[in-house]
Amino acid sequence: MEAQNILKMKKINQIIFTVALLVLPFLANAQFDGEFIKPRNGRFLLQNATIVTVTKGNIENGSVLISNGKIEAVGKNIPAGDAEVIDCTGHFIYPGMFDGGTRLGLVEVNSVPETQDYAEIGQVTPNMQALVAVNPNSVAIPVTRVSGVTTTLATPSGGLFPGTAALINLNGYTADQMYAGFKGVVLNFPSSARRSTWDRRSDEDIKKEAEKAEKTLNEIWERAVTFNQLKKADAALDYYPEMEQLAKVVAGELPLLVEVNAASDITLAIEWIQSKNVKAILTGVAEGWRVADKIAASKIPVITGPMLSIPTRNSDRFDAAYTNPGKMAKAGVKVVIRSNDAENTRNLPFNAGFAAAYGMGKEEALKAVTINAAEVFGVADRMGSIEQGKDATLFVSTGDPFETKTQIRHVFIDGYRVPMSNRHIKLYQEFLQRSPGLKEN
Amino acid sequence: MKKIIYIIAAILVMGWNPANSQTQKGSVLIKNATVLTVTKGILEDTDVLVENGIIKKIGKGLTASNVTTIDAKGKYVMPGIIDAHSHVALDAVNEGTAPITSEVRMADVIDPYDIGLYRALAGGVTVSHAMHGSANAIGGQNITLKHRYGSGNPDDLIMKDAARTIKFALGENPTRVHGRGNGIQPRSRMGVEAVIRNGFNDAIQYKKTWETYNNALKVKGATPVPPKYSERLQTLVDILDGKIIIHCHSYRADEIYMLINVCREFDITNIVFSHVNEGFKVAPELAAYTMGASVFADWWAYKFEVYYSTAYNAAILTQNGVITSINSDSGELIRHLYHEAGKAQRYGELTDEQTLALITINPAKQLGIADKVGSIEEGKQADLVIFNDHPLSVYAIPQMTFVDGVKYFDINEDPNDMRLRVAATESIEPIFLKEHDHKCMHGVDFFFTNFGRSLFDHEH
Repeated sequence: MEAQNILKMKKINQIIFTVALLVLPFLANAQFDGEFIKPRNGRFLLQNATIVTVTKGNIENGSVLISNGKIEAVGKNIPAGDAEVIDCTGHFIYPGMFDGGTRLGLVEVNSVPETQDYAEIGQVTPNMQALVAVNPNSVAIPVTRVSGVTTTLATPSGGLFPGTAALINLNGYTADQMYAGFKGVVLNFPSSARRSTWDRRSDEDIKKEAEKAEKTLNEIWERAVTFNQLKKADAALDYYPEMEQLAKVVAGELPLLVEVNAASDITLAIEWIQSKNVKAILTGVAEGWRVADKIAASKIPVITGPMLSIPTRNSDRFDAAYTNPGKMAKAGVKVVIRSNDAENTRNLPFNAGFAAAYGMGKEEALKAVTINAAEVFGVADRMGSIEQGKDATLFVSTGDPFETKTQIRHVFIDGYRVPMSNRHIKLYQEFLQRSPGLKEN
Repeated sequence: MKKIIYIIAAILVMGWNPANSQTQKGSVLIKNATVLTVTKGILEDTDVLVENGIIKKIGKGLTASNVTTIDAKGKYVMPGIIDAHSHVALDAVNEGTAPITSEVRMADVIDPYDIGLYRALAGGVTVSHAMHGSANAIGGQNITLKHRYGSGNPDDLIMKDAARTIKFALGENPTRVHGRGNGIQPRSRMGVEAVIRNGFNDAIQYKKTWETYNNALKVKGATPVPPKYSERLQTLVDILDGKIIIHCHSYRADEIYMLINVCREFDITNIVFSHVNEGFKVAPELAAYTMGASVFADWWAYKFEVYYSTAYNAAILTQNGVITSINSDSGELIRHLYHEAGKAQRYGELTDEQTLALITINPAKQLGIADKVGSIEEGKQADLVIFNDHPLSVYAIPQMTFVDGVKYFDINEDPNDMRLRVAATESIEPIFLKEHDHKCMHGVDFFFTNFGRSLFDHEH
């Protein structure tokens, strides 16, 4: 470039710079493109839908009136009044689905340790509260809730007593706004199973580890019983947060979520629970079908899943995991389904669909992700079905929510109409027809 | 290694002789089914006649003598499902010892006893692309398998008429294994590009050296010294000559675009991108210059390079004209690829035909076997699945699966325990709580030990 040109360029640059400086204050006040849709509450009338109440049958051409976070009315010919009317002709209204065990909100990117908040150091950490580590702004939360999964059990994992799980609704900006009213202390019951097909411990090592864990469990439990007795006797106790939390389990104030999977371990766990007379829920229960009658007789409820998982033994029938919840339900076990996932908690309804197809039936599978869960978590007075007076946590779909083809149209959580958007949807909107498109070269 | 010894022992015991290695072909007449041909529409109340492993005739009121007849009234027949990315029936997955290991072949490590083959059949999968892992930029040569479960001969599983393919890998895995693990290139996405580019350039030189030698031989009386043979470089030459299809593990849009450019520079058009979570961002380029993308239905956020993914990937790619397939990369997902495909209807509302193509004709195209399998057409190999319901329904259950007209799965007749072999050392049967999700990094897990405990839980 010639010197003259360079000089010219410099001048032009100066002009651009000056103009930019002058315009800057205006730019700062400029309107952003588009509008951000926030969750909003108020009065809504969902009209002309098939209402699948779960507890009280289906209502054809029915309406649901939502007001102040609650279901104010359910039925036919409900006057709209001042409520915003949402036409649901040809659509279905279901209660929000529960996932009985996830890491949703406790981890953002699985392989990045900085984002893993589901496991603490130590074997006995029951005082670790999953609720305080739930990230209300996790990208995976809106990704999940547009599927109709509205409520999840945030579950810590790791050691023998890894922490306290908490039931959360998938809307809100603080842990307290999300908290859905149930907590339980997790116990990883000593396991004779391999963690995965990559677990290369010898049979001997697995046995030794299980025996050691069992010994620790009983020692810890004895200590908790003693702690509780001393507490009840108003003894002056040193600060001992682990025992404080376990004492609540001993006293029956908090249930124990007992993670157990192999058949022989399930039997042992039931015996242990009964001998300690503790309020418990069995979780995992991958081989529940092998001892379904025992579980049913114990009357201990079960949170099981995922169904989309391999059989636990190579000799098992290929569909062992699909048929497990159905077999337990038939034996009389109260079954709740979980995905045991984090970012793909949205697959919960498909797990339920497989359970339904492989013996559980659609009706029972729907209960397993709605009213059964609400009952097991002790929140059935507020959640788990479409009934007057319950929390307005529900969704509108074009059909059966377990079917992949079905579209979810609207989701309400605690009366808030949540935006049907998330990062996955925004990327779809941006890239379906990219601009600029292909540049031939 | 132990397993290999078992297999060798088993082969010796069975008195293996090559004459037995002729794979079985079957004949069958399926009557009155709803036939989902994938390429030629839906045929109601139609019969499919299979003779000697080949689809002989499709039509109404077909008859045949001395052939098993199956009444499939009210049922659906679709082509055998094809998994374009799996590690089923492999004893080893990664030869991660160098950034380029194009000389190794998965054909050498086939485990015909893998129960995963039967589980895949029970999910209607008849063909899988058993791949090398993603530990290096240019990995080993893959093998396309037909799920002829029951034979103890690894050779019986090989789909002999399939195209040759090779594994490439970009991004976090090769840079972690070699850069972070071994302190050599590639440590970054720059290094991955360089390793691949250097490999191709070395191959060009290698080819020239041989050409020079071969030309010199033609001169009467000449006694040139032959160059040293390199299986590694010869394989790369075969890629440049269009004899091998690249299947490249990839996630981010920039790295996908990078390899598209490298391939264009070296005139390589036989390339399929696998996983390709951010493929939707470069869909126009994938459509214009490649054999397409083989994706997960909805996997994301298991590592940083898949954080900006969308479950609408398959739909966006399809709508942009990219040949798209949905794969498993997992012994769990391979059992319900029809369901994984179904999710492309939740996320992007693809039609039934577009969706079924994701697990049949499209992966067939990507594996270079679309003239043989992937649709129900007369003259094609009779890999077929019968479902009790439309296969894209979550309630659909596969009833029977055929490979070459031979029934390998029957939900009503098969015993529960379908193992072919029980290890003598296995006094107590192990109980596995889960399949190790994705097997791409199998065999290189020691590189993970410093990178967070959850890596053993979840790695792809």
